[in-house]
Amino acid sequence: MSTQIPKQTEESSETEAETDVASKGDERRAEKRRRAAEERARRQAEEAEKAAADEDTIELKVFRYDPEVEGKQEPRFDTFHVPFTKGMTVLDALMYSRDNYDSSLTFRHSCRQAVCGSDAMFVNGGQKLACKTQIVDLEEPIRVEPLPHAEVEKDLVVDMEHFYDQMEAVEPYFQTDEYPDGELEEQRQTRENREKVKMSTRCIWCGACMSSCNIAAGDNEYLGPAAINKAYRFAMDEREGEEMKQKRLEIIEQEHGVWRCQTQFSCTEVCPKDIPLTEHIQELKREAVKNNLKFW
Amino acid sequence: MHEHDVIVVGAGGAGLRAAIAAQEAGADVAIVSKLHPVRSHTGAAEGGINAALRDADSWQDHAYDTMKGSDYLGDAPAVEALCQESPEEVIQLEHWGMPFSREEDGRVSQRPFGGLSFPRTTYAGAETGHQMLHTMYEQVVKRGVTVYDEWHVMDLAVTDEDDPADRTCHGVVAYDIQSGEVSGFRADNGVILATGGMGQVFDHTTNAVANTGDGVAMAYRAGVPMEDMEFIQFHPTTLPSTGVLISEGVRGEGGILYNSEGERFMFEHGYANNDGELASRDVVSRAELTEVNEGRGIEDEYVHLDMRHLGEERILDRLENILHLAEDFEGADGLTEPMPVKPGQHYAMGGIETNEHGETAIDGLYAAGECACASVHGANRLGGNALPELIVFGKRAGRHAAGEDMGEATVTTGKDGEWEAADYEFEIEVGETGGKGPAAADGGAVASDAESVLGATVERAKDRVDELLARKGRNHAEIRSKVQETMTANVNVFREEGRLEETLGDLREAREAYKDVAVSDPSRTFNTDLIHTMETRNILDIAEALTMGALARKEFRGAHWRKEHQERKDENWLKHTLVSWNDGEPELWYKPTILEGENKTYEPKSRSY
Repeated sequence: MSTQIPKQTEESSETEAETDVASKGDERRAEKRRRAAEERARRQAEEAEKAAADEDTIELKVFRYDPEVEGKQEPRFDTFHVPFTKGMTVLDALMYSRDNYDSSLTFRHSCRQAVCGSDAMFVNGGQKLACKTQIVDLEEPIRVEPLPHAEVEKDLVVDMEHFYDQMEAVEPYFQTDEYPDGELEEQRQTRENREKVKMSTRCIWCGACMSSCNIAAGDNEYLGPAAINKAYRFAMDEREGEEMKQKRLEIIEQEHGVWRCQTQFSCTEVCPKDIPLTEHIQELKREAVKNNLKFW
Repeated sequence: MHEHDVIVVGAGGAGLRAAIAAQEAGADVAIVSKLHPVRSHTGAAEGGINAALRDADSWQDHAYDTMKGSDYLGDAPAVEALCQESPEEVIQLEHWGMPFSREEDGRVSQRPFGGLSFPRTTYAGAETGHQMLHTMYEQVVKRGVTVYDEWHVMDLAVTDEDDPADRTCHGVVAYDIQSGEVSGFRADNGVILATGGMGQVFDHTTNAVANTGDGVAMAYRAGVPMEDMEFIQFHPTTLPSTGVLISEGVRGEGGILYNSEGERFMFEHGYANNDGELASRDVVSRAELTEVNEGRGIEDEYVHLDMRHLGEERILDRLENILHLAEDFEGADGLTEPMPVKPGQHYAMGGIETNEHGETAIDGLYAAGECACASVHGANRLGGNALPELIVFGKRAGRHAAGEDMGEATVTTGKDGEWEAADYEFEIEVGETGGKGPAAADGGAVASDAESVLGATVERAKDRVDELLARKGRNHAEIRSKVQETMTANVNVFREEGRLEETLGDLREAREAYKDVAVSDPSRTFNTDLIHTMETRNILDIAEALTMGALARKEFRGAHWRKEHQERKDENWLKHTLVSWNDGEPELWYKPTILEGENKTYEPKSRSY
């Protein structure tokens, strides 16, 4: 099983019981749920029939789970048949399924162009951004699951808090004392230095790397590839100055920092922005070693 | 209930900048946003930030270009504030570490953009918005500003006086997407709306799925007028299949547009004999669609944007992101073939009426960024002027809300200054189905002190959620897509009276249908069906006001083209369109454009490129 279901299901059902004191609303909702389920079953049957007759339809198997809805508390896979159109992405297929078959199908998405980082998921066994994954590149049936190694909130939505905590643990903001004199004067930065940090600044916080990392899976305190890359972005930026760089290296040298990385390259492989994460981690290790030698 | 001095709604460029400014001015500030900040659509902005940074340039030139670009519908005091303060704001971003592209001497790079008399568009590759968004979020993290992310703001807590000018905003009510909890957020000093664009009113748009104009619609229903909504920018270079934006930077660097005959039509068909591809966006969009309509489009749909002659090195250095977008979303290799492009909805020039401090007609309510209309873009926004607007007016609103004395504003709000009623009869009924409701139908409450206003607004929001979840009815998705289709078909680059009227009819039907809307997902956990259903209401209100403005404005100005009225008519139309909700019976009115700047008056000239 590639996904973790929150352990406290009892707790969530308790909360439900508390919020649903109004019994009339309760009945109505239950009735509605029954009807919705029937309706869904009917439409699914229709879909399957249509799919058999139509070759230009793709088959999607989507992970479903909802902690408070009857019939969804036990994780399951739903099958959707979606008419294929040229250029269709996994996100397009999910949106089609939601808007035409089951409006409760839940996933994060916003920009549709690989910059907001909302829709990283586990597609046919790999971490992908749904919006930039073409259906034609995938084998059918296409299996869509939430990101592994994160707690599932509902369907394809996972809890990102841990990822955000790690990102924020590396002092992810520019720090320097060396500003130019003139008020309207910029700090100078060489083209080479800007080029050096360029790839690291492309991170969209999608969490694909963290989800793919075996070390992060076993060590919850490991900063993880994205956070270390964020540290790299500042440590390598010449505008911060030498003193700050020392501080940056101390942060990433901590017990759950760069030395945990075993260079398996899984993060680099899944990064939708092609950031050479493993290389960045290795480079920070080298910098840290050089730095430690200097102070011997 | 939560309580802060200042509540910022939305966490894109304007919201983050407002929060930082309010905090620096000493306020306890919190951001409430339906997306985590780094998911905001500011991140998709590509081209750059206009700022007069160099000796050979001046803010006065920037202001002149902006007024001309606006087709003289910008308000000069706001335009001048934008151009004067953009340089210091850009340098501020650089001091916060933003990774701008650099020149050989280590200074930040600038490039030419459409409608500019100097190459003043400051950029970070073709991903300027992404870098700007992340740089400002870093500052929010550094400062420890409270962020309530994935909380959808449903309503403003506003008092219920008859005249909107007498009303006060005391906070907002929001729905926690993760848990389903409805909660009040009291703002002791002010609420700043920074909810961004409303591109989801159309179906071919560069905007994100989340850009449903929530702030604009909320403020509207609470009594703040929407200003100049008919002015929608259609960006000339979007990918045909998805609407993904291909930056104007491509043309800024020398990219060329061709029709199916291989003609460089911007020159060869005389659309812009001087500036060609770099004419203002409205000019290029109309040119492209004219080519397609006259049979010189490719596959009857689009034209070609060619950048191959720039060479691989320059493309990789300055436009690398474009290669990825064209490859991933259209399967085109920009290094070896021209890219297919067509116009797509991109930006709303209009929005929540504000003055140059970001204040609206309702006390305690501010707006900044794309959701606001100060107005700096008038009838057409210049490329590279959206990002400076976010930071300049985000900062201004943040400071003012935190209590800083910024002096008297020159731009008026509501019916405070000179105004006139519109002389236009709509054939189709508009507004709330079933007629006028109680005062401030969606944003108000029958009370006046902060606590009871907020309490009553929370109760109403809870009832609304319960009702949507409990009842049976139709799904919103069908209604939303009908609205998007009719808007794209009829309120697009080319507009004509009959089809605009028809659209009002379609919108009426959509409103009727929306009365029966229901959410079939019964869950309180991450119920996106519920969120989308509430957003669709906002889309409806905005689409209607936009179409009303488009019908009433019988002239051709900037992005607003009318088949029956092919000229700019300065004697009648140097004025802003305003639509007030008026408790459910929308009222259309006008107020004059302010062409007088600090030291000069911007005399309308013919706008040729």
